[in-house]
This record gives sequence, structure tokens and C-alpha cells, in this order.
Amino acid sequence: MVGYMIWVFALLQTILFVAAAPLLSGLVKWLKCRLQNRRGSSILQPYRSLKKLFKKETIVANNASFIFHFTPYLIFTITILISATIPLIIANSPFTYIADIIVLIGLFALARFFLALSGLDIGTAFGGMGSSREMMLSSLAEPALLLAFFTLAMNAESTNLSTIIQHFITTKHLLFSPSLIFTALGFVIIAVAETGRIPIDNPDTHLELTMIHEAMILEYSGHHLALIEWASQIKFMIYCVLFVDLFFPFGLATSLTLNVIGISCLALLAKLFFLSFTLSIAEINLAKIRLFRAPYLLSFAFLLCLLGVLNHIILEVR
Amino acid sequence: MLLLTQITVLITIFAGIIALLLQHWHRLAKFFSFALLGLSSCLTIFIGSKTLITQQTLTWQMVTAFPGLNWQFTLDPLAAFFLAIVGLIVLAITFYGPAYLRGYEKKRSITNMLLCTALFVAAMYLVLLASNVFSFLFAWELMSLSSYFLVIYLHENSVNRKAAFVYLLMAHASGLFILASFGILAKFSTNLDFISIHLAHLPTLWAHCAFILALIGFGMKAGIIPLHVWLPRAHPVAPSHISALMSGVMLKIAIYGLLRFVFSLLGTLYWQWGVTILIIGTVSALLGVLYALMQHDLKKLLAYHSIENIGIIFIGIGLAIIFMSTNHPVLAALGLVAALYHCLNHALFKSLLFLGAGVIQHQIHEQDLEKMGGLIHKMPHTALFFLIGCISISALPPFNGFVSEWLTYQTTLQAPMLSSGILRTLLPISAALLALTSALAATCFVKAYGAIFLGRPKTRQVRHAKDPTFSMVAAMGFLSLMCLVFGIFPVFTINLINSIPQQLLGTGLITTKNWLWLMPLTGNTTTYAPLLLCFGVLTIGGVVFWLVSCRPSNYAKKIKDAGYIPWGCGFGKIGATTQYTASAFAMPIRRVFKGVWAVTETLTKDNGNFEYNLITEDWSWRYFYEKLEKYLTFIARKIAYIQSGNVRIYLAYMFFTLLLLLWLVI
Amino acid sequence: MLKTLTKIFKVGIVTEPLFSDKTSTEFEKTGSICKKLIATKFSGSFAIRQIDAGSCNGCELEIHALNNPFYSIERFGIHFVASPRHADLLLVTGPVSRHMQAALITAYEATPNPKLVIAVGDCGACGGEFGCSYASCGAVSNVIPVNGIISGCPPTPTELLRGIINILTKK
Repeated sequence: MVGYMIWVFALLQTILFVAAAPLLSGLVKWLKCRLQNRRGSSILQPYRSLKKLFKKETIVANNASFIFHFTPYLIFTITILISATIPLIIANSPFTYIADIIVLIGLFALARFFLALSGLDIGTAFGGMGSSREMMLSSLAEPALLLAFFTLAMNAESTNLSTIIQHFITTKHLLFSPSLIFTALGFVIIAVAETGRIPIDNPDTHLELTMIHEAMILEYSGHHLALIEWASQIKFMIYCVLFVDLFFPFGLATSLTLNVIGISCLALLAKLFFLSFTLSIAEINLAKIRLFRAPYLLSFAFLLCLLGVLNHIILEVR
Repeated sequence: MLLLTQITVLITIFAGIIALLLQHWHRLAKFFSFALLGLSSCLTIFIGSKTLITQQTLTWQMVTAFPGLNWQFTLDPLAAFFLAIVGLIVLAITFYGPAYLRGYEKKRSITNMLLCTALFVAAMYLVLLASNVFSFLFAWELMSLSSYFLVIYLHENSVNRKAAFVYLLMAHASGLFILASFGILAKFSTNLDFISIHLAHLPTLWAHCAFILALIGFGMKAGIIPLHVWLPRAHPVAPSHISALMSGVMLKIAIYGLLRFVFSLLGTLYWQWGVTILIIGTVSALLGVLYALMQHDLKKLLAYHSIENIGIIFIGIGLAIIFMSTNHPVLAALGLVAALYHCLNHALFKSLLFLGAGVIQHQIHEQDLEKMGGLIHKMPHTALFFLIGCISISALPPFNGFVSEWLTYQTTLQAPMLSSGILRTLLPISAALLALTSALAATCFVKAYGAIFLGRPKTRQVRHAKDPTFSMVAAMGFLSLMCLVFGIFPVFTINLINSIPQQLLGTGLITTKNWLWLMPLTGNTTTYAPLLLCFGVLTIGGVVFWLVSCRPSNYAKKIKDAGYIPWGCGFGKIGATTQYTASAFAMPIRRVFKGVWAVTETLTKDNGNFEYNLITEDWSWRYFYEKLEKYLTFIARKIAYIQSGNVRIYLAYMFFTLLLLLWLVI
Repeated sequence: MLKTLTKIFKVGIVTEPLFSDKTSTEFEKTGSICKKLIATKFSGSFAIRQIDAGSCNGCELEIHALNNPFYSIERFGIHFVASPRHADLLLVTGPVSRHMQAALITAYEATPNPKLVIAVGDCGACGGEFGCSYASCGAVSNVIPVNGIISGCPPTPTELLRGIINILTKK
């Protein structure tokens, strides 16, 4: 009975994840507007944008290939799959046994591969530019991300996300160990790079020459654009939830009783709100850095994650 | 089984002989030769898989007239696995070859090609089966020679001749190093066959010497940096199915040689060897992919990627040796399984990519990425299979490249089991560099695929391209299907491979009957279920597609009708020149990793026309090989003084040598 | 950073209805009408792509002012986008210079339906000071079909917003 319930719960968790992703993006935008001394759009605005885009006409250029048509669905599907494997409310989600954290990196790479190809598909300069920059930055972010995951996996002796989180829930003192602090700092920089926030990429920019992620989707319209935008909102939420789950896993439900799940939901809301607030303050204070200074930032993230791994191996393993 | 193996080798040799016999009726020769090759490859796959399942070992011997030089062959799981790999690729070549050679038939004779292909394949089988020094080296030399003749098939071009010469030179140099290493082993053993060499005991210093010589010898043939310079020269000039064979299979024979030498012949392993191989593997992988990123010749790009993948295999082997020498045999088995799985994967996807490159070359007679574009509309099937090859080589789930990389990462994650702090730090760093490598490989293949198939055609001849004949497409389809199958059913494959660590290291991975979940280490909750992942993608994708596309909507017209032009910010007519070229795509990487290449960038202005030249070269060629060549030529010229051409001086040499020998003997 | 944060919290939210405008109460009403119209016709989200077809940038400054903390058009669900493929409304300024004629037509054709076009400023409405000559095509309606005009040289942000509302009411 419990086995069957947990699968249903994991499925509900995934649906909640996908449905709540635009809300998180809306929240960050609302906080940024408030911090810019103005009254901006409401928190539910991303839902309205998506609804409008689904109703709009979809235009496809005459020299587009099957890759252009098929990429939005593929990216959306892969992002949903990744979100299924992230423990949002319950710590022991059965979907994490299908794909562990290394598969997570692989799935993100697959989505990025197809997005970059679709940018090159039409044959305009912007798409190529976006693809080239995105692939360069993600290539530099990937070793750092892998090292960050390695530190966590070596701590918990498994690459399964549920196992790692439960290990940190049971041994809370490990969260203040130096290796995890370095890893957390490195992970923040990588998350900023991968989700395309300031200081790597400005999500609100209109200048094509400063775009990285946006440039690849300039050609998409209608429901294709809706799927890709939703996928990038889900990706942002995945990184936020990964950060709060891995480094602040207090309150995640370890059993399926109602009050534990209630506490977990409240804790999640509080953590995500606090994270959005910190992110908004950071975004209004920093400026986007030049493209060729981004590799320095990413090498700094690599160095932090490397320090995390070395700390763990040398100081913490007997 | 024994008879079957012997028949297989004989059939392969006969495939070459029949090409000679039927040389005036070249269509018949082609048909029979390839048919026999195909038959032998099917038999090889059968023999290989049966031996892996039953884990038996067969030996037989053929005595020749020379004393002490008899031919001895052994079929054990390690040889069987590589035999199966060779068989798979040769089977694909069998379908691809006849249609491909049709393009060469009119201008030159294909007898040489057919004969040497058959001899090459037969030599590879013999190397795998050989179990004494003589047969091994004989088969090795036969393999090098026959492949030389294949590489130089298009000999009219001087570039091809030079490339083939470098290849021959390095193949023979590697043969000499291997001979030297076998010589050291032979000194300490009673007999020349592998079993007695395995039982012999080597002093530590001699073991290190033998290992270094074998590493240089087999590494030169496999293509590790800095001994790789023949690869990017020889693979582009050979015909495509030969490039596929060389890159996909011959490099694996070198890996087989190294595995056989280290695990089977040298009894005890030292962790220093593991560290050396690990470092060489990491450096080869990283530098291989960085060199590949700057290439705009498609086959040269693929050749550099072979170097990268050999580096990844070396990482796996290095991990296996490290864990074995520090007494963790199960983890060593995991590393070895990862390396062997990657051998299989690389053979499949690299051959697929080379066959695709051959199709492209055949259709548009171009190898340069900057001259292609928009081919996806002209050859959709080739584009699809090439895409599968690109996804597999970039190690993306759910295809096969990802499984072997996942296994390698799992092995490096076991670093805390080691007691030495240096080793414990080395493994995660090499894993991080492996992650960088695979991310850069994905970048390179986005560049290559985008430049070839996507965008708009950059030259006129692209407009005449079309999908090739069914047999060539079927060959690529078969390899793509194998890529998918080995990606989705890893447990099945690992159960097959598991007999090899059992044989070499004494233990294998603990296998489960559960074919859905890949769980390499019991007692650990690390699992990966690629079939369920695939199923999830298809289900969710289907649901999303149905919800989004099939609902009626006010403005959602059928997408295909109007002739919408792309949005390029309104700049007039969008032609082929406004799109991103391959070199432009790789420019950010070139700026970030500036010191890796020897870059010569010139911009000349000539009457208002600009000419931009970008040449990226290998550091090792310019600063190591060219200098080496200069010194050797200098020394050779000095020695050439003794060759004066005067008969009297030669007679004087003979006289004085005779006196010297008489004095020494008496 | 601390200085920035203290300044933010001292200044507070400045988006308010404009006192200096004589029809300020009308602005509040029209603001809420605008929001309702967008909610019904465009599901609550309205994307504008601004095209400069040879203008002097006076209209651009006023359009840019729509995004500042005082007018803050985002609270009505309106945002500006970079590509016409993502847009619902094309806001065209300037008398269409001959060099921008083809680009304007391309941008119009690149926009998916349902789409609207507004010609902003006297130049866009009727050619303004430049008129129809060898250098400019005159009104935007001479080049692409236009749904509405906003006159003024340049029109104030309030007039811009009223113009958008007029178009939405008409549609």
C-alpha cells in the first residue's frame, strides 16, 4: 500500500513542480520590480503569458527542418523528466532511482544540445551566436557542476538524489563542514550560469548581441515558444530546488504522514521565498559581465568546487 | 567451436584471394568478396558472444618448419569480446562497401582494395586470437602493412602519400617498441607463448621497462597524445569505410594489445602504471577534443575525436589498474567494464560517423565544413543517423556513449576507498576533466552537425546531394540501432562483458537478473534505468504533443503553408553568408583555451578584398616531430658519408671487417 | 550595496497616478480598463515590439519612459520584446525612410497573428515634418496596414497608453 502511494505522490509532486515553475519566475520578477521602486506585473503574469502564447499562431520559417519542429517538445519533456527526479516535498521519491545526478547532468546536456542545434537550424546569425555562446559557457560550467555533485555523492556514498538528501537530513552537522560550504558557493555560481541570470546573462535584454539564451529562441513563436519558455522556467525552479534541497534539507518529508508533508510544504515555500529575495537583491546590485569574463567566473566556480572535493577527501574521509 | 573459428579466419583470407582471382570481373569480385566478409563477420559475432556467455577458453596450435616458431591461437573471453566488436563493424561495412566502391570502380581497379581489406580484417582476427609472441607480431605486421596499402589507395595526391608514409613509419615504430617489450618478457620466461610468460616472474625494474615500452608501442598505435600525429593525417585520406575500420576497430586492437600485455602477461600490477595511464588518458581526451574543435575538415575532426575517446578508454584502464594494485578487485572490475564498454560504444558510433562522412563526401565531393550546409533537406535519412551518431559520441542519454561515461564516473566516485591521498585527489580531478571533455565534444558536434546539415547551403554542389542507396543507409541504420540498443539495455551487455574481468582480475561485477535497472555496485543505491527513461520521454512527449498540437485554436493555422522567411532583424535577403560558420562557432572556445593550439591568424587586405586565414596546428608536430625529423635527417646525412659509391672503398670496408672479426674470434 | 538598499527602502514605491495630469482620474479608470481589455483579448499578457523606421528618437524616449518606475506599464501586463515573432503589437515610429521600408515589411510579416500595428507620433501618423519624399515613405499606413495612430510630437506616455487602449477597444 505504501509502495503504491509513494508513486502516486511522486507523480503529483511532478505535476506540482511543473505547475508552480512559472510562479517562481513571477515571484522573482515581482520582487525585482518592488526593489526597483515600482509596481510591476503580478506574480501570476507568467501564466498569462503562456496562455496567450498557446493561443497565438505558430510561424515556422520555410527552411526549418524536423529539428526545429521537434526541439520544443523534446526540451519540455526532458525538463519535466528531470523535475520528476527532484525531491520537492518528499525526500524519498522513487523516480530518483531511474535517473541519478549524473544522468541529470546528461539530460540537461541533451536539452541544451537540441536547443543549440535548433538555433543553428534556420541559418541566421543570431541563432548561431546564441548556440555558440551557450555551448561555450555550459562546457565550462559542467566540470564544476560534476565536482560539486561528486562532493555530495562521496559524502553520501551514492549518486542517488534521495539517498544524498536523506543522508544530510540524518547527519545535520555535515552541512556546516567546509567542503559543503565551498560546494554551495560554487553551486550558486554554476546555477546562475546555467539558468542565464545576471551576471552571466540578462534575461530581460533586448539587445541581440548581449543575448545568450534568448538569441537561440528568437525564431520561435506561438506554442513552440510557450513550451520553451515554460521549460526554462522549470529549469530555473529545478536549480533553486536543488540548491535548497541539497544544502538546506531541513523539513523535507521522510514519511508520508499528513503533518510531515504539511511542514515540508511550508518549509519549501519559506526557503524558496528567501532564495528569490536573495536572488532579486543580487540581480539589482550586479551588472551583466562581458562574455569573455564569464569564463573567469566559471573557473572560479570550478576552483571552489575543487576545494570542496579536496576538503572532503583530505579532511573528512578517514 | 574451434573449427568454426578456423573456418572464419580462412573465409576472410579467401575473401581476399577471390578478389585476386576474379580481378577482371570486378562486380563479381566485389560481390563475392564482401559476401564472404559479411559471412565471416556474422560468424565472428556468433563466436564472440557464445564465448562470452559460456566463458570457455580454446587453444590450438599449428607447427611450422622453423623450430620454436609455431603458431598458437587462443580464444578466450577477452579476445572474443573484441572479435565481436570487429564482427559488428565489418558487418556494417559489408553493406556499405559495395555501393561506396561503385564511385571508384570507373577510374581505378578495386582488386587491391578488396584484397587488402580482407587481409586487414583477417590480420585483426589473428592478432586477437594469437597467443604466442611470433603469431602476435606476425599478425600485427600484417595488419599494419595491409592498412598502409588501404590508406594509400588514392595515391595520386601527394598529401595522401605523405600521410600514408607517416602512418607506415609510426606503425613500424610502434611495432618495434612492442617487439622490444616482448623481448624483455621473453628473456625471463621459458617459452614464447603467453601462458608461460604469464607464469614467469619479472624483477620490478624490468617490469617497469617492459610496461613503458609496451605503453609507447600500443599507445602509438592507439593514438594517445603525443604519439597521435599519424591519426589526423591517415584517417582523412583513406576511403571512408577503411577509415571506419581503422578508427573504429584497429585502435581497439591496440587497446586489446595493451590489456593483454598489462593484465595477462605482466603478472603483478603497480599503481604507478595506473596513474600514468590515467594521466595520459585524461590529457589525450582533453587535448583531442580541443584539437577537434578547431578542425574544419570533417574527417580530421572525427580522427581527433578518436584520440579523445581512446583517452577515455585509457582513463577506464588506468582506474582498473589503480584499484587492482591497491586490492580492490571489484572496483577494478568496474573500471575495466567501463573501459571495455566504451571500446564497444566508440567502435559503433565512430564507424557510424565515418560512414556518414563517406556518404557526404560521395554526394558533394567536399570534406570542408565551411562548404556544406542545409544537407538535412537533401538527405534526411543520413542526417537522422548522423544525428544519432553525434548524440552518442557526445555522451547524452539514452544512447550508448552515456552508459560507459556513467560507469567511468561511478568508478572515480569510489576514490575515497583508496588510502593514498594523492590518488584520492587525482581521480575526481580526472573525472572533472572528463566532464569538460564530454561537454566540449557536445559543442564540437553541435558545430559539425550545424555546419553540415543545418542552415543554408554554402556552395553550389550541395544542391545536387541526395540520400544514397538503400544499402549504405541500411548500414548506418544498423549501427544507429546498435547504439540505441546498447544504450537502453546496458545490464545485458555488462553481463556479457563481465566474464572478462573474471578472467583477467579474478572477480567480476556482481550481476543481477534485473534487466531494467543498471546497478553496478551492490550495497549502493546508485541505479540508472535507461529503458524507463526512454519510456518516460516517449510518454510525456506524446502527451505534451497531443495536448498542445492537436487542440483546435483560433489562430493556430497549419504551420507549413506560408513561405515565411526567417527573422534576421530585417536585413535584406538572407543568404548563406549571414549564418554562423563552423570556425565562428568555435571562436569563443578558441579564445578561452588560447594556449592549446599553435594558431596563425592573418588578415590581408588586397584592393578592398579582405583575406582572412586561420591555421591551427598541433604543438607536438611543430615542436617535437619536425625537430626530431630534422635531427634524424642530420644524423642520417652524416652517416651517409660511408656510402661513397666507390667499389674500392666498399672492398676496403669488407677487408677491415674481416680482420676485425678474425681478431675477435681468435 | 548597503547604500543602494537604504535608498530603495527610503524612496518606496513611486508608481502612482499622475497628479499633474488634468485627467488623472480618467487615467486611473483607463488604466484599469486597459488591464481588463488585455485580460479578455490577449489572455492578460501583451507583447510590444517597437520598430524605429527612421524616427528622430523623440518618440522612442517617450516609449522608453513607459517602462520607468513612474508609468510602469508592466502592471497592466504589457511588456516589450526583442523579436517580432514574440510580439502582439508593432509600435512603429518615424516616417518610414526608404532604407527601412523593406525591413518594416519583413518585420510585419514575421509577426504571428493576431497582431496589431500602431503608428506613433505625427511622423508615423501622416509623415509629420518629412512627408512623402525621395527619402521617406510618409505615413506608416503607406507601407503596412495600420490599426491605429497616436498623434503627438512626441506623444506623452499617457497619450501612448490611451492610444493602446483605443486600439484594444476598437478591436
